[in-house]
Amino acid sequence: MPYLGDEHTVRELRRALSNPNVQADHLRYRNTIHRVIRVMSQGQDVSGLYSEMVKACATVDIVQKKLVYVFLCSYASLNPELSLLVINTLRKDCSDHNPMVRSLALRNMCNLRLPGLSQYVQQPLTVGLKDKAACVRRVAVLGWAKIHTLQPNTEIDVAVVNELYGLLRDPDPVVMVNCLRALEEILQEEGGVAINKPIAHHLLNRLKLCDVWGQSEVLAVLQRYRPRGEDELFDILSLLDPALLSHHAPVMAATLRLFLSLCSTLPAVCMSALERARGPLLAAAGSTSRELRYAALCHIQLLLRSEPGLMGEHYKRFFCGYAEPPYIKQNKMQVLVELVNDDNVAMVLDELRGYCTDVNTETSQTAINAIGSIGRSYTDRCLAILTGLLGLKQEHITSAVLQTLRDLVWVCPQCGDAVCSALEGWEDNLQDSQGRGALLWLLGVYGDRVTGAPYLLEDCIDGVRSEVSAEVKTELLTATLRLFLSRPAETQDMMGRLLVYCIEEEVDMCVRDQALLYYRLLHCGIEEVRQVLQGGRRSDPSLGPLIGRPPEPISQWASSFNTLEPLTLGASTVGNSDHATPKPSTLTPNTLTSNAEAMTPTPGDPHLPDCSSGALSLSVSPALTPEEFERLWLQLEKGACLEVCVACPVPRCSPEGLQVALQLVNIQTLAFTPPNTHPWRVYLYTHTSHISTKTPHTLILAELLHTGGEGEKEEEEEGEEEEEGEGEEEGEKEGEKEGEEEGEKEGEGEKEGEGDKEGVEEGDGEREKEKGLLVVMRQHPGDQTALRGFLSVLTTVLHTLSTHTA
Amino acid sequence: MISQVFILSSKGDHLIYKDFRGEAGKDAVNKFYEMVTALTGGQPPVVMKHKELHFVHIRQGGLYWVATTKADASPFTIIEFLNRLTALVKDYCGCLLEKSVQMNFALIYELLDEVVDFGYIQTTSTDILKNFIQTEAVSSKPFSLFDLSNVGLFGADTQQNKVAPSAAATRPIVSSQGEQGSKNEIFVDVIERMSVVIGANGVLMKADIEGEIRVKCYMPSCSEMRIGLNEEFSIGKSQLSGYGAAVRVDECSFHQAVRLDEFDTYRILKVCPSQGEQTVMQYQLCDDLPTAPPFRLFPSIERDSGGRYRTLFIHLPLLSLFSPSLFSSLSQELSSPDQSAELQPKNKAVHWEIPRFPGGAQLSALFKLEVSGLSAASLQEVGPVSLSFELPKYTCTGLQIRFLRLSPIQPGPSQRWVRYVTHSDSYTIRI
Repeated sequence: MPYLGDEHTVRELRRALSNPNVQADHLRYRNTIHRVIRVMSQGQDVSGLYSEMVKACATVDIVQKKLVYVFLCSYASLNPELSLLVINTLRKDCSDHNPMVRSLALRNMCNLRLPGLSQYVQQPLTVGLKDKAACVRRVAVLGWAKIHTLQPNTEIDVAVVNELYGLLRDPDPVVMVNCLRALEEILQEEGGVAINKPIAHHLLNRLKLCDVWGQSEVLAVLQRYRPRGEDELFDILSLLDPALLSHHAPVMAATLRLFLSLCSTLPAVCMSALERARGPLLAAAGSTSRELRYAALCHIQLLLRSEPGLMGEHYKRFFCGYAEPPYIKQNKMQVLVELVNDDNVAMVLDELRGYCTDVNTETSQTAINAIGSIGRSYTDRCLAILTGLLGLKQEHITSAVLQTLRDLVWVCPQCGDAVCSALEGWEDNLQDSQGRGALLWLLGVYGDRVTGAPYLLEDCIDGVRSEVSAEVKTELLTATLRLFLSRPAETQDMMGRLLVYCIEEEVDMCVRDQALLYYRLLHCGIEEVRQVLQGGRRSDPSLGPLIGRPPEPISQWASSFNTLEPLTLGASTVGNSDHATPKPSTLTPNTLTSNAEAMTPTPGDPHLPDCSSGALSLSVSPALTPEEFERLWLQLEKGACLEVCVACPVPRCSPEGLQVALQLVNIQTLAFTPPNTHPWRVYLYTHTSHISTKTPHTLILAELLHTGGEGEKEEEEEGEEEEEGEGEEEGEKEGEKEGEEEGEKEGEGEKEGEGDKEGVEEGDGEREKEKGLLVVMRQHPGDQTALRGFLSVLTTVLHTLSTHTA
Repeated sequence: MISQVFILSSKGDHLIYKDFRGEAGKDAVNKFYEMVTALTGGQPPVVMKHKELHFVHIRQGGLYWVATTKADASPFTIIEFLNRLTALVKDYCGCLLEKSVQMNFALIYELLDEVVDFGYIQTTSTDILKNFIQTEAVSSKPFSLFDLSNVGLFGADTQQNKVAPSAAATRPIVSSQGEQGSKNEIFVDVIERMSVVIGANGVLMKADIEGEIRVKCYMPSCSEMRIGLNEEFSIGKSQLSGYGAAVRVDECSFHQAVRLDEFDTYRILKVCPSQGEQTVMQYQLCDDLPTAPPFRLFPSIERDSGGRYRTLFIHLPLLSLFSPSLFSSLSQELSSPDQSAELQPKNKAVHWEIPRFPGGAQLSALFKLEVSGLSAASLQEVGPVSLSFELPKYTCTGLQIRFLRLSPIQPGPSQRWVRYVTHSDSYTIRI
């Protein structure tokens, strides 16, 4: 039937419904209605049958009535006039002697969702509140909430509200809970239902009568209640205590949340509540429903942030089952990493070692990463496992191990020897660019200790033409240069070849820039190169204590406990640890070196990108034309707009230098004023997207503004006159700022090959009266985290540019 | 609060769609399917967000059961609600299949109407719901050869007729007509799920048991049921158990409706079961198993690098230890008539299926794998052996039901079934 298209079906059903023979035969009539509903739930539009169905509504057959109501409620908004006909039947049903019919009629009357009908509905609802059958009262109470949401702006009827407050004492627990729900909705603007002492105590005493759904709802409402004194508080706590052990996860979670909010000032009580809830949480984490498992695991991760030792002895509960889906396995591994201690480290590592060869590559990568994180405290054991894994010669495992080793070596420089011996005699050819990047980084840093390093690099350099990843190429450049410092004789020739290729033939701008930079750097002498490339080559051993993070106070996460947030958060952290996803912004540390003379962070430091960009990725495509930019800028003026003052001086490089630097982090510069003008402005845009979640891209437009001396208001435009004019209005506000604007100075290492003339001249060196930059950001669609991420990337770039060109 | 509830088939067909609050449009269904199919394997799909709308879904019976919400609701509540909804549908329709959902859509709409109002969960108890649900379930009975196996020669009763067939408990709880309705049956199932890790050296590294007592009641009214457990049943580690074969669990929790006044002295649970399925008791036991784990494996791997092919021999003698009454050693090559083994290249696994495995028996299999580029390291890569099994009439903890009494005595014939089964949640043996 569905294949014949909507119209045909509707025509045939209408014929059947209006056939008197069918109507006379009770069962055939019902079956026809059945078919209508079936077609409807398959997603076809059968609204044309509305009038026939209205007729079918007047029947004594309850099953038929229910079916018809399902239909009517779905299509009422399309046929408001015909719905008036239904109201009569419904009102008649509301006085039926059968309570089931009464409640059915009352419920569906409100479910029609027609604001025009509310005058007919109010009277039956008022009667319904006093009905002797509890099922009618339940419906009537929620009916008031439905009416209110239909017409949110109408005045609240005080009599109804009072009646609802009165019904909180109804003998039926569902009526009581429904009253709470209705009052919450009706009084939303006043902050929900008022919980005073008598109501709170009444609710607490009746808690046991409610079913699990009601209990969790009441517990959530009770969070707003503040007990008067310690005595009352502890009375409530001891009353609620058994619920912490409930084997219904919703009740347990709601109780724990209430505990945490009631005892926010009593950390000791919170801790013992967490300990009591541990059993039920662990049970939920082992439940048959894997969705429930996942929810419990995400919440356990929250708990561990404050109380790392909480689950220590139960670590075996977090061993993965072989049939579990990858996302649960990954979550469990993240928990396992937190639980490691001296007693269980051998068992945990043995278990994780087993996961490394998992069929699912993401799971095995997570396992390898997990071993790497444990390696920060138990280095030797983990190194043995990781280097052992290299022997498997499995592409994805090797790549993940190399990345993990790179991260580990950065944090624990003492394991350099083990890593070097693992790299000795390396002969694999990796396909994965992330893994190759890690290998090159290791070869660069430890080239002096790995005998075969020059040969490995030579292979890469010979194959650079077929290399697609720009990231690998920049890594290769840095590694070659570093190796040149330690083993000049073997490296010089191939380094020359690489530089020639990258400068002459390379099309990727950032690779070419980097090569140019190194080329000029080499001109400055070997000492300079050494200073730049090996300044902070190995990490500071004093970083050690920072690794173990201190326990957070419970209040940090208490507000998100038992909400959807930890579950979506879990999603993003998993995405973050996933090294397979491309992260364009990881270019940041490498590319910033183009303006650096003495950089404190190591170039290629694997940890820098994470703190600067989080899970955010920026992209310049799709490109925006100046016209589009202007239109959006104007359009978004009223919308998502954020103005932030960054304590950062005007970067002292040429506009083109700034443009290139920003481009490397995927921020496109659309227009800028020439240097030395006041106010100094740059217009930028970028597209952001979160790597992990599937949120759509957002577009961020930004203006950088520095208002210098008042005298130089006029500016030479660079071509995009519209934008400049637009920005002027913004600029006026900051007119009070005065500051010495100094010409920009270019370091010797700067690139000047950009064909830009104005940037080259040397300015005077004073820059004592620095003013902050004003960043105006507009965004579509709004996304605060993306804005913050963008801002942090931007400020990092600006800071680096301005501090290191000095 | 819940905005919408919908059920989709794995292919994305709309089976059920119900909008409770009118907050989100119907296009949410397609949006959800788009998002869920676009996920990669490692991404947790349980909660997804599109604009202001959160999708929470579970997968049961090959179907997507989705609830959407705009408020920041409790994830536990929504997930548990969806689980409960599937249990209700299973109770009312008999089984959870795309077909049964399709055939009983009217019943499911009716259920949803009673269970949720305006996005708020009203009740999920079958005791209350049975007063409201009027539609009768349509059960589909596919023709199956298994049904025939219970019929003896010329229709004579076979031995198996005295045992409830495993499909007996998969029928709708309410059925008014036919001979089925007259059956006053009650099933009490003790179900244990094991998750075990056995190291390469045969040492038990981890053993967890999660167990539950589940009651499935088909009786329209049942006043009180008394379930007697083993008298030596003890909870927690502190109780010293003497020398007897004590049945011990670490933690134990009961359904709200269970009365425990005779539990402490006589280990009797008193419960008034409502129609349908419910979990009366849940318990857990970690590490200290009273008996050895039911299966033991003695793997050996050899590498034969001579000749033209490099071959990996994996020899898996599998021993069942659960009832050592009759012991017969039987070593067979890969293919025996009823067993089957196949290589699944996608999972990089050899799948060995054993239809029946008597207690105390030993089976073995020899797999020869030809691997290109075989090296010494490849041996390390031969991953763990995972067993998945269902062991009827066996509990690892030793929990037994001594008696099952209904009071007052039901009029008419009533049948009480007690069934024990142990499932493998994850039974892994390292090589």
